Amino acid sequence: MATSTGTPQSDAVAPEADGTGVRRRDFINIAAVSAAGVGGLVTLIPLVSQMAPSKDVLAESTTELDISAIEPGQAIKAVFRKQPVFVRNLTQKEMDEADAVPLSRLRDPETLEERTKEGHRNILVTMGVCTHLGCVPLGAGEGENRGEFGGYFCPCHGSSYDTAARIRKGPAPSNLVVPDYEFTSDTTILIG
Amino acid sequence: MSFPWAKHYEPRNPVMRFLDEKLPLPRLVYNAVGAGYPVPRNLNYMYNFGVLAGFCLVLQIVTGVILAMHYAPNSLVAFGSTEHLMRDVNWGWMLRYAHANGASFFFVVVYLHIFRGFFYGSYKAPREMIWLLGVVIFLLMMATAFMGYVLPWGQMSFWGAKVITGLFSAIPLVGEPLQVWLLGGFAPDNAALNRFFSLHFLLPFVIAGVVILHIWALHIPGSTNPTGVEVKSESDTVPFHPYYTAKDGFGLGVFLLLYCAFVFFFPNYLGHPDNYIEANPLSTPAHIVPEWYFWPFYAILRAFTADILFIPAKLMGVMAMFGAILLWFFLPWLDNSPVRSGHYRPLFRKFFWFGLIPAMAVLFYCGGAPAEEPYVMLSQIATAYYFMHFLVIIPIVSRIEKPRPLPFSITEAVLGEDKKAVLGENTKPAV
Repeated sequence: MATSTGTPQSDAVAPEADGTGVRRRDFINIAAVSAAGVGGLVTLIPLVSQMAPSKDVLAESTTELDISAIEPGQAIKAVFRKQPVFVRNLTQKEMDEADAVPLSRLRDPETLEERTKEGHRNILVTMGVCTHLGCVPLGAGEGENRGEFGGYFCPCHGSSYDTAARIRKGPAPSNLVVPDYEFTSDTTILIG
Repeated sequence: MSFPWAKHYEPRNPVMRFLDEKLPLPRLVYNAVGAGYPVPRNLNYMYNFGVLAGFCLVLQIVTGVILAMHYAPNSLVAFGSTEHLMRDVNWGWMLRYAHANGASFFFVVVYLHIFRGFFYGSYKAPREMIWLLGVVIFLLMMATAFMGYVLPWGQMSFWGAKVITGLFSAIPLVGEPLQVWLLGGFAPDNAALNRFFSLHFLLPFVIAGVVILHIWALHIPGSTNPTGVEVKSESDTVPFHPYYTAKDGFGLGVFLLLYCAFVFFFPNYLGHPDNYIEANPLSTPAHIVPEWYFWPFYAILRAFTADILFIPAKLMGVMAMFGAILLWFFLPWLDNSPVRSGHYRPLFRKFFWFGLIPAMAVLFYCGGAPAEEPYVMLSQIATAYYFMHFLVIIPIVSRIEKPRPLPFSITEAVLGEDKKAVLGENTKPAV
């Protein structure tokens, strides 16, 4: 640059005689800017992913529960990933009510079988998070309003869930979510 | 404001025309760091450090804002949250090392920037305001860096906070209450940690504001150059873009290589192992020194070991340490030589290379060494020279020195004295 002798262009940077060729300077320019651009974009990866859950948050993502003390008709609230989980021991009547509903009447058609584990049809494990906007529905605690379908009722915007925690009425789009879990013994479950 | 031959911004498409009418931000950028800003054609690589310092500031703000998302400024959990950041947060180790080493590299760059200013006389008229604002930025940086170092709440954090706030206790009468007020207690604790965090978050944005003033003031007379001769005609300049964007881009690449080498391979080389021990108010680390970038000034502080007349040594050291930097505010008026560049000042150059630079090197080395002989005596000699240099040597040299002949223009300095080549058909810079 500054050391140039004032000659406008040397051969190294001159365009091809017919004017169609790529100048060496263009190639260097594009290569340098591309390398810097790719490098800059890759730098965004740590800047973005640092906001994702950290290792200690992920380490909290399983919950083990002893469910032996839940009597039929009762439910407990537990915590899974800092969110409430409902575990309900269904009575025979509640199971019958759930079975009696034709799937065609449901907004989010699922049978009670699909929402429970084989051999533990009476144990209904769901997130206690309304699928509308995330409030905690009532119905797990003793004496709470269970809504007109006998399951859960969300007081925020009036979503009613039935005894299989399926959405029946109100603005919520889908059933209460059944988290991944497994029975580690007859009386304990591991969520997550 | 710029030279009359500066290119004018012409928006090329309707969107840019619309924007230019409503909010001429692209025009501002074009005139500040684009083709609309003519810059002397002979700038060497020492002139890269302004842009690099700006890059460092952005780097520190970006990584710092992110660290603040994970850090908790509470003395009970601060140390733990720093370790959480290092071990649990995705890429947290890299972001923290990038920030800690970023501070060091910010100082490397700024010291070289100041060094450039010293040698090429960048502080002289008409650029005094740029220099004064630069010294303000440097002082703000020192405050910010110090408070940032306290945040991890390790042993060096704690004792650094105690020692540095202890400087204020040297002030007669109000010193002790002032220190207690600064700390919000009798020793650094939660109150101090919280306010340091708050200010450490605030000050970088204050620095960014002063940087804008610094650049604004720069754009009135334009950059100096290694000859120190002012721009006379269009042939003395080239547009900032693409010439200096390319040159600064190359410098940035070299900078990033060195910086990444430290971040990824020697992340703790510039730190102190003691800072991985949680703060303990009952035990001072055996060898307590500040971060490397404070060493020269720390050496000046420790150089005063005996009371001078009625002034206690403690107060003397503190005054000398702050005075060593505040002195820079007066430099434009201490140095009366009309010649800017050290290149054309034989006597100034001798004192610069064989006086000031060795003195600074000695102070730097002694500041990091233990407070014992021979380092104390060396610090004393170097401190004496440091103040002599600015207060006595520079004013005298600027009066008695006979400078070397200056080139007629930047173009002549670059292309030689062949007037035909200079003023003939090739007055425009080569493409």
